[in-house]
Amino acid sequence: MFVSVSKAPPLLQINRLHRLMVGPLSLVVDEGDCLCISGASGSGKSLLLRAIADLDPHEGQALMQGVAATEIEPQLWRSRIGLLPPESYWWLPQVKNHFRNGMPLPLEQIGMSAEILDQPVARLSSGERQRLALMRLLSNRPRILLLDEPTANLDPVNTRRVEEVITSYRRENKAAVIWVSHDVEQVARVANRHYEMRDGGLHATEIEGRQWLS
Amino acid sequence: MVELSTVDLLIASLLVVLLALLSLRQQSNISRQLIIAAVRTAVQLTLVGLVLKVLFENATLGWVTLMALFMLFVAGREVMMRQERRFKGWWGYAAGTFSMFLSSFAITVFALVVILGNDPWYEPQYAIPLLGMLLGNTMSGIAIAMDRLTHAAWEQRHIIEARLMLGETANEAISGYRNQAVRSGMIPIINAMAAAGVVSLPGMMTGQILAGTLPVEAVKYQILIMFLVSAGTGLGTLAAVHIGASRLFDSRQRLCLDRLREP
Repeated sequence: MFVSVSKAPPLLQINRLHRLMVGPLSLVVDEGDCLCISGASGSGKSLLLRAIADLDPHEGQALMQGVAATEIEPQLWRSRIGLLPPESYWWLPQVKNHFRNGMPLPLEQIGMSAEILDQPVARLSSGERQRLALMRLLSNRPRILLLDEPTANLDPVNTRRVEEVITSYRRENKAAVIWVSHDVEQVARVANRHYEMRDGGLHATEIEGRQWLS
Repeated sequence: MVELSTVDLLIASLLVVLLALLSLRQQSNISRQLIIAAVRTAVQLTLVGLVLKVLFENATLGWVTLMALFMLFVAGREVMMRQERRFKGWWGYAAGTFSMFLSSFAITVFALVVILGNDPWYEPQYAIPLLGMLLGNTMSGIAIAMDRLTHAAWEQRHIIEARLMLGETANEAISGYRNQAVRSGMIPIINAMAAAGVVSLPGMMTGQILAGTLPVEAVKYQILIMFLVSAGTGLGTLAAVHIGASRLFDSRQRLCLDRLREP
């Protein structure tokens, strides 16, 4: 016996996305998903994220809750789908000038104090920049996070802090995360799905060190 | 007015030759460039003198328009060549040329019709030199501003894209660089106006005085020209930078640096 239930469209759906050597590939990401992507450098992981954020011209389409990127204003799409690039850039003199929407959560959670907001950007370390860039992204309250090696410059303690912040953000906001990571242990800590990028496609891979229960 | 003879000009040219000989000892090819430039000045200005003579004798709207368009297209090419990272293809030429057309032609016609009020309004003795002044200055302004804009877009591409990623519009992400570009395009004429008469006597006024015009009359024309040139440069620069800044992004507000040529 079947009961017909009209199922809500997935949070993010990618249909035959194609950009340079990436794709065409299709993917469905649901609320609460944390999907990790690994792969050799140059395999196109960053290109894939840029295409999803609609920063590069591409074929195919991405839909958020059934609404295609082309149906809404590009700046709206990009604030709902937050892309965090590996390198962060700052254009105003002080850190706080970049946070027009306020702080998404207390800075202590990423191992910093509020005093850093009054500092000139030039005085930040690369690790501080990276963590603050994540804060800046979260202050837009995106439903989908595209994170390109968000802990690359961080020590183990701060790496764990950032992982926890991202995981609790995902849970509290019913968000989804696509996370590019080379660290198999990190993947085991944060991901519920794992893919390897190879020959322009995403290949499902098991998460090492974790037993799947069927 | 003292009539200049060919001999007078030859004597003056000896100064350039002397300078070229002096530079010859410095093992640079500057003396060669100097001589070529001097010859070009003599030939080009003589030709223009002849063209203007014919044009003044055949003062029809058709000939004046033809001359004006020729000047516009040469200026457009000059604007394009002076930009290091100009737009590829047709746009590289059109953005600057169209902006110059918009500003220089509109201001020249305005000055001829409303201020000078000659009969006919396109009297070439006024129309061509006025347009030449406007094109010359607008050309520099647009070239500097466009060069600055495309340069900034290239140098600051990561910042522009970071701002797009954070949900800013293309307009928000580029506006700072756009304003800087307009500013740098207009600085030369602002400086020229501020220094006029105190630091330098503008060339046009000097020429008129040498040719026998009363200083007070020459000054009035120079003020008129300064105002027209600043309006023309400002409008042309605004238009060109506006066109350029929108051309840097596509309809999905993506930064399109592949539309710029490599230097």
